[in-house]
Amino acid sequence: MLAYISRRLGMMLVIVFGASFLAYNLQAYSSDPLSVFGESTEKNKDYLIAATIRDLQLDVPPPIRYFSWLRGIIAGLWGDFDMGLSRSNIPVIEILAMAIPVTIKLVITATFLAIIFGISVGMITAIRQYSRFDYVMTFFSFLLFSLPIFWVAVLLKEFMAIQFNDFLADPRIPAGVIVITSLIFGVVIAGFTGGTRAQFFAVIGGAALFAGVVLSYVSATQWFLDPGFGIFGVSFLALISALVVIQLITGLESKKGRYAGFGVALAIALLYYPLQTLMTADASVLNVLAVFSVTISIGIGIGIAVSKIDRRVYMRIGFFTAFIGTFPIVIDRFMGEFSNYMNSDAVNNRPIPTLGQANDLLAPEQLENFWISGLDTALHLILPTLALTLISFAGYVRFSRGSLLEVLNMDYIRTARAKGLSERTVIVRHGMRNAMLPLTTILVNDFAGLIGGAIITEGVFAWKGMGQVFNEAIRNYDLNLFMGVFIITASLTVLANFVADLLFGVVDPRIRIRK
Amino acid sequence: MSKPREENMPVIEKNENEIANRETVGRSQREIIINRFVKHKAAMGSLFTLIFIVIFVFSATGLNLGPKKGGLSIPGWWKYKITDIDPEGAIAASCNGGVTGCPTLDLAPSFMDGDGIRFGDHPFGTDIIGTDYFALVMRGAQQSITVMLIVGFLGVTIGTTIGAIAGYFGGMVDAVLMRLTDMFLVTPTIIIGSLIGFRYGNFGVVPLAILLGFFAWMGLARFVRTEFLTLREREFVDAARVAGASDRRIIFKHILPNAIGVIIVAGTLLLSGAILAETALSYLGFGVRPPDVSLGLLISQYQDTFSISPWLFWWPGALIVSIALCVNFIGDGLRDAFDPRQRRHVSAKDRLSAAEHKGKSS
Repeated sequence: MLAYISRRLGMMLVIVFGASFLAYNLQAYSSDPLSVFGESTEKNKDYLIAATIRDLQLDVPPPIRYFSWLRGIIAGLWGDFDMGLSRSNIPVIEILAMAIPVTIKLVITATFLAIIFGISVGMITAIRQYSRFDYVMTFFSFLLFSLPIFWVAVLLKEFMAIQFNDFLADPRIPAGVIVITSLIFGVVIAGFTGGTRAQFFAVIGGAALFAGVVLSYVSATQWFLDPGFGIFGVSFLALISALVVIQLITGLESKKGRYAGFGVALAIALLYYPLQTLMTADASVLNVLAVFSVTISIGIGIGIAVSKIDRRVYMRIGFFTAFIGTFPIVIDRFMGEFSNYMNSDAVNNRPIPTLGQANDLLAPEQLENFWISGLDTALHLILPTLALTLISFAGYVRFSRGSLLEVLNMDYIRTARAKGLSERTVIVRHGMRNAMLPLTTILVNDFAGLIGGAIITEGVFAWKGMGQVFNEAIRNYDLNLFMGVFIITASLTVLANFVADLLFGVVDPRIRIRK
Repeated sequence: MSKPREENMPVIEKNENEIANRETVGRSQREIIINRFVKHKAAMGSLFTLIFIVIFVFSATGLNLGPKKGGLSIPGWWKYKITDIDPEGAIAASCNGGVTGCPTLDLAPSFMDGDGIRFGDHPFGTDIIGTDYFALVMRGAQQSITVMLIVGFLGVTIGTTIGAIAGYFGGMVDAVLMRLTDMFLVTPTIIIGSLIGFRYGNFGVVPLAILLGFFAWMGLARFVRTEFLTLREREFVDAARVAGASDRRIIFKHILPNAIGVIIVAGTLLLSGAILAETALSYLGFGVRPPDVSLGLLISQYQDTFSISPWLFWWPGALIVSIALCVNFIGDGLRDAFDPRQRRHVSAKDRLSAAEHKGKSS
């Protein structure tokens, strides 16, 4: 094992070395930092050219210059890491240290959303192979596959930001829109649940009616101007998350499972007002963590309380219900500040921004308020997150669908059915778990690709992350900066491949790592 | 829902086997594959749409082959060029206070609204200086399709060669070639693409596409290598070797035809990736440069005027999406045709007969 790891690490070094050598020379030979002086009429042109040549060591051939750059990287081994200076004489490492958190902030939510929705939709389409839902989702994912992200981004800016902000001036939803949206919602939900024809139409009717009532309420009370879930919304969402969690872990027919899940949902409803005292105006991230730890420990406690045997199963139900069910409470608290935020001068009643990562005009006391600044960040994140989620969602749908279909054709699934296990157990325990195995590789690689992967999105939404740094590096012929971006993305990719292989050996005991 | 399915599993399976057998009895491998592909409605529809788009786009703008002067030049059927400026036409058709010419295309027949189906002088309107937008979009689409085809061709050729050599010879050759592939692979395409595009974008679209093609083969090489690794252990390869076939003959005559499915499928994925990459690069300003146009460039130029003149934004986007969508569907159809394990096509008729079986058994 140790030999394997060290051999792989050695190979990774070779690859990163080779790739960086290649990239360095490619950049050096294809860029011409002196071209800016071509039309220059300044008197000291010759001096400037000479200075540039000296600063950038242009008189040294790139393959040799590469090694002076490499020296700084290798010095990292004894803690003296040096990526050189950018052309504006700022250490590259400082620029990157500023940019990386921005990019992570931009992409992390979108990645999680795409993974969660993509995998669930993909698996449902696999279970209902050749159903109408399957065909619609297949077409939809192909469509999303084919969309250029910058095009989606412009559409989102127009329809989700500009027109939504206009709509907020008079937030009444026309009756026709309510009817159509409710029907679409009903059909989607029915596609998820499936069942016989009669059940299908019953679900459409029920879900559409529900959506219609909610939308009418939203329209009548002008909910968008002062949004919030209130205790009823929070309880309802907790109930839904309990239903989903119970169905996935034990099935609704398990009495103890129901006790655990619905018990936690009830606890969340009861805790709604007490928890508000934790989320004061001078709160910080710690308060949010405190809220979560309170509900989760209660959730696990209820899981322990309902059963003497098989406690882990019910603890899991308690944990997940509490975890998912607490999000509405916290989101509700953020929403509570929305009308304040929207009416402030900085926002001027147009809450959804099309550009930037934060509102620079917010007053200092607003910035200090955790809830308002958090809301500001969230609103700035809405559009890029939607765009990124839509684009990467399709890949997960296709992949998890294919993966689950393959698993469902396996002999052990047939064995599980033959043993008389319930269909739920067969699909969730034997099917989905095994279908998740190949997904681990994809997930690890995607997380590594995040940092370099949002170059276009950052450009469209004017976020100052790695994408902008990279853009600047290319346009200014900034070799050190370019290599900084490159070495980060390249090392992360190799590292992710390595981790994925190791992880795969851990989660799938059939794979033995070669000694 | 769960119980009936369990009971009926064997019935459905028997039925599906029958369908599968009916498809294959007495036919050659090629016939089977073509047959399966032709039956895939979405893929066939996409294939025809794509062919139509390509012919339409290329015939509208005309073709210039060979060097700029003295090369073969076929004029297109559309009356405007991207260099023609028609301010009068723009003003005549103008709306929004005369900033841009509105589209004269009207597909709604006269009994619904409008003035009947007509193409008009400027079907997609004009841009701000009065250039015909239809000409611009057609030219842009031509550029994007050219890039897509060149990148696809180069990627498939290089990828297949490297993958085949690595997979067939194995050992040291394999190790070296695969490490080389990894070196190219760790660099995100968009990074290398931007670098190349920024420097060579102004040389025209063909050199740009060729350079991009040299960095687009890695995924395909890996697929082909894996396929070769398994195929070279098969009996027919041993048989060929015993019969005295040379390495070259075994690779090209025996193994490659068996790996063609993987190559074609990965190749179509490469194509749809290439068109999206080209438009993204042009959008960022690292691809095709003005005065020439590409679909990505058009979108990037007119994204801010979306609320005033949305057609400047819709048309290039619609073309990118339809081309990429068609390629993806064709790829899906090809995958099903070559490797029917993932998706067995059960026609409506077959399903009906399966349902009858179901009715009888329960």
